[in-house]
Amino acid sequence: MKGMTVIVKTVSGWVKVLIFLFGINIILFGHLTPGGGFAGGVILASSYVLLMLAFGREFVQKNLPISLASRLDCLGAFLFALVALLGVVFGGSFFVNFLYQKYMPGQALDLVSAGTIPLSNIAIGLKVGASLFLAIFALSSLHRDFQRPEAAGDSKHPATGQE
Amino acid sequence: MAIFYVLLFFMVIAAIIAVETKDLLGSVICVGAIGFGGSLMFLLLCAPDIAITQIVVEVLGLIILIRATISRDHTFITGEREFFGMVVSVAVLLVIFLAGIKVFESLPPFGTPIFAQVTEAPSQTYIEKGLADTGAANVVASVILDYRGYDTLGEATVLFTSIIGVTIILRTRSRKRLEELDT
Repeated sequence: MKGMTVIVKTVSGWVKVLIFLFGINIILFGHLTPGGGFAGGVILASSYVLLMLAFGREFVQKNLPISLASRLDCLGAFLFALVALLGVVFGGSFFVNFLYQKYMPGQALDLVSAGTIPLSNIAIGLKVGASLFLAIFALSSLHRDFQRPEAAGDSKHPATGQE
Repeated sequence: MAIFYVLLFFMVIAAIIAVETKDLLGSVICVGAIGFGGSLMFLLLCAPDIAITQIVVEVLGLIILIRATISRDHTFITGEREFFGMVVSVAVLLVIFLAGIKVFESLPPFGTPIFAQVTEAPSQTYIEKGLADTGAANVVASVILDYRGYDTLGEATVLFTSIIGVTIILRTRSRKRLEELDT
């Protein structure tokens, strides 16, 4: 995959920022408007899929290496479990919304409200975005091996692209 | 209500074309049309959360499928269907159809929420007390991240485990070897 024409590259270079910001918006306002961690995470992943289709895999590999994406994935899962576990420490039971019930109730319909729900949304968005990015990257590497069976023995690693 | 029948008719037609057409790319596009019809239905049923998720996953899946389809050399399916496989498929579909009739008899009518009919349904409690209990204006977020947090944890675990498996299987060289190469 070498990427597409100049027109596609220019347009996707503009649009990728908007898609990424829209995903962040969907995640951060997940407790106020429709959306949430899962949908926002998929949108974040799709902005990188756009880059992957327009510029090729190597460009994305430079932008967001597989190891970093894998760490973001683990970080999201860890943060989600951490928020749930903090409920045990501060609220007395697993998954209790301790921030809202005890410390900062906040005004309804504000951005900073609803206690741990926005934190969980951010964690899930990070997790889902990184996971789907990894899944699509893995699928595209499989696809390349399908395309050029004679290239299976070369020195490039199919999943990480490292020598 | 008529719009749902129009959408349903559209989706059924698209599904039949997706199965019957010989062109793989056309089949993939028809599958996408089914998904977009479904997301429009969710939107008209006042479920924007599910509509957003459906449309986003649908776009992503469609891109992957098209990308996988158009790069192959032969996108046209030739040859006849297998007789035995067709008989088995029709039999399974018949069983599902008969069971589905039984199931749909006990469901409430299409488009009427179940909490409007059962007064002690838990969803009524969520809608009434969701804002006071959790402070989240979006009831869906308050359900999936507060009332039913365990469900979301299980879902996240499934995704996490599957991605870990994928990355491990696709890693053909061990970590030790990669470190040796890096240094």
